[in-house]
Amino acid sequence: MSNISKKLLAADGTPLRKKLAQALFQSKLRAFGLVSPLLAFIIVSFIIPIITLLWQGVYDDDYATAMPNISEVVDAWDGYDAVSEGMYEALVKDVIIAMSMDRALTTKAGVRVNREISGAISMHKKLMRSIGKLKISYEGKEQKAKSIFRLLAKEDTERNFILSQNQRAEIGKKLTKEAIEKYAPFEQFVLKSDKKWSNIEIWRAMKVASVKFSPAYLAASLDYNYTFDGKFEKRDENRQIHILLFFRTLEISFIVTVACLLLGYPIAYLLAGLPVKSSNLLLILVLLPFWTSLLVRTTAWIAMLQGQGVMNDLFVVFGFATDDDRFSLIYNKTGTLIAMTHILLPFMILPLYSVMKTIPPSYVRAAKSMGATNWTSFWRIYFPQSVPGIGAGALLVFILAIGYYITPALVGGQDGQMISNFIDFHMRKSLNWNLAAALGLVLLIFVLFLFWLYDRIVGIDNMKLG
Amino acid sequence: MTLKTLMAGVASATLFAGMVSAAEITVVSWGGAYTKSQVEAYHKPWMAKTGNTIVSEDYSGGMAEVKTQVESGNVTWDLVDVELADAVSACDQGLLETIDHSILPAGADGTPASEDFIDGALQDCAVASIVWSTIFAYDSSKMANGPTTIADFFDTAKFPGKRGMRKSPKANLEMALVADGVAAGDVYDVLSTSAGVDRALAKLDTIKADTVWWEAGAQPPQLLADGEVAMTTAYNGRIFNAVASEGKPFTIVWDAQVFDTDLWVIPKGTKNLEAALDFIVFSTATEQLAAQASWISYGPARKSSAALVSSFHNNPDLKMGLHMPTAPGNFANAINNDYIFWADNGDELNERFNAWLAK
Repeated sequence: MSNISKKLLAADGTPLRKKLAQALFQSKLRAFGLVSPLLAFIIVSFIIPIITLLWQGVYDDDYATAMPNISEVVDAWDGYDAVSEGMYEALVKDVIIAMSMDRALTTKAGVRVNREISGAISMHKKLMRSIGKLKISYEGKEQKAKSIFRLLAKEDTERNFILSQNQRAEIGKKLTKEAIEKYAPFEQFVLKSDKKWSNIEIWRAMKVASVKFSPAYLAASLDYNYTFDGKFEKRDENRQIHILLFFRTLEISFIVTVACLLLGYPIAYLLAGLPVKSSNLLLILVLLPFWTSLLVRTTAWIAMLQGQGVMNDLFVVFGFATDDDRFSLIYNKTGTLIAMTHILLPFMILPLYSVMKTIPPSYVRAAKSMGATNWTSFWRIYFPQSVPGIGAGALLVFILAIGYYITPALVGGQDGQMISNFIDFHMRKSLNWNLAAALGLVLLIFVLFLFWLYDRIVGIDNMKLG
Repeated sequence: MTLKTLMAGVASATLFAGMVSAAEITVVSWGGAYTKSQVEAYHKPWMAKTGNTIVSEDYSGGMAEVKTQVESGNVTWDLVDVELADAVSACDQGLLETIDHSILPAGADGTPASEDFIDGALQDCAVASIVWSTIFAYDSSKMANGPTTIADFFDTAKFPGKRGMRKSPKANLEMALVADGVAAGDVYDVLSTSAGVDRALAKLDTIKADTVWWEAGAQPPQLLADGEVAMTTAYNGRIFNAVASEGKPFTIVWDAQVFDTDLWVIPKGTKNLEAALDFIVFSTATEQLAAQASWISYGPARKSSAALVSSFHNNPDLKMGLHMPTAPGNFANAINNDYIFWADNGDELNERFNAWLAK
């Protein structure tokens, strides 16, 4: 075999195999060149932002950056020994240096600790105020620390700090040294700013906050607390919310998928069986909602389903309900299910239709000619051939449904909310992007798991979009 | 003023300003009647005075955009109108420029700014323009003998029908406690204990099954108009405008109103800091704040403005003073939204509220 291939030479004398490989490589390169703009676009606008955001779910250095000394000290502390003077001193030291550099550093650290224990923000602020009143000498003059910090924060006309970050940090260290000489010990000083600093829990919370790579947010997104001694503890029952919502998201997505399948299958079947002219017309009707804004469609459902809305008026007219006791069809789970099913229906019909279009009608006719009943010929011959379309449609609808949030936000009321509404809440309202990222990460892992499960059970190749 | 003259005015202002290096700043607010009141009372006179231009944008609250802009170093918003709690927490997270209050002018009556502004109106990174409040309202055409106290809001036996409430623990927990017999001044003491939160949630439980939850300020007047709810909590300005501009038969109940401020903040790193500060100085002056009050029933954040507040812009008989949250007749049992409490406990109470809601 190898003898023969050696003898095969191209016109210019190179072995044919090498030539072929070259040609293939070139065509691959060309193909890659063609897709590379898209690839670059996806990497820049999709992959990198997603990774950066999800990264925040496991990495948070706000505290460790702002408070390096106390981070080191609480890291070495076991969480049980009494809070020592060294810890108080490290805390004051860090706050002075942080305030010399940027006021927001300390409050940011406070915000981080507050996520572990409520009240930490105002404790940090009170401490900042107390420290601002200490008298320290700067540029040959003894003055309030507050005024020194203000001097350090001066900006030039270009809006840059006049002093570099390193200079400010150095001055901060000098101020600290003097403050320690003058005012140490600090225990009473800190406790005087707020007596809650004597609570060991706050120091434990600082210990948790000082870890940069931390499962704290992932734990929170599964209703657990990550404690100072590295354990996972179930949250108080009246604060558990995320697991419930993950399951509800699954439940709603599943029901919506099944409802779309039940409603969409007959429509797709009808469309596939009609002559092209009329089926195209009907297809336009299916596509029509696609051209209408999602918000408009959702709002239209509010008008239809609300207590004084069209549906309820009809129910009253036909005697299904009385005027005082109308159905609650919206601002609850029912509303979410109805509106989402309507909005996602085309995503089920289109793959079904395009798969059904390719099923030759002669198979069913052949089965019937051999004596099969209508039902048998449908169930044994037609249906199995449409399964790839069901797979594609169901997966599409399910995955879209899992991430839905505008519709549930508008019509979901209290029990029709999904996990994405909480991701949205933490992104926009509470500004806890770390928790939002952790929730997103859990959701992503979960969807990938479902995808894998689907591949195992149904097979991903057994899916056709047309 | 017609749109045309406005356009001409703006155009000539820009032309003129082109010579003296005019700035263009982006001012972001909540939209609707509220933004209109700001455009009329602040934007137009400021543009005419300085020759700068303002691009007015709407947003739906929250500091997410500001955070994104500041952290990516690409700040396109120069001024944002925010709620107090957001102003404080965004300032704590280093997202806002600090504002030196000494640049603010004294009131028209000569009171220095530090005393002229109401408590809590001057923050490290923010200056308040209005006092607004969460009240509850009902449709008086459907209820002849309507509710008068917050306890009535929670009494579905006496006043049957659905209730509308904002989907947020803020204001709801406070109102629930007052309805349960807590004095308005003690609300936050009670709420700072776990048992107090349980008590508030237990009170909310009594109407949970009858409640429609809203999120945007435009929703409650709509819910009332549609007859979806018998009464709903709402922002007082929204209800006032439904009454004054659209002639809706709504009545506001002021008992246990929760009042709050809206403030101007400047995202950190804006390229137009000087113009933005100038706008704040201009718009929070006594006269401008009083002018805004003739467009919407939110109270001016300066005490000295109260004397200048007149009547609704197109109806001289409609005296605005009576419709302000701070009017003596409305203020009797008011709850002052405690932003420090909410900054400390917001995360936890949101969790508890959401867990309660989802059950």
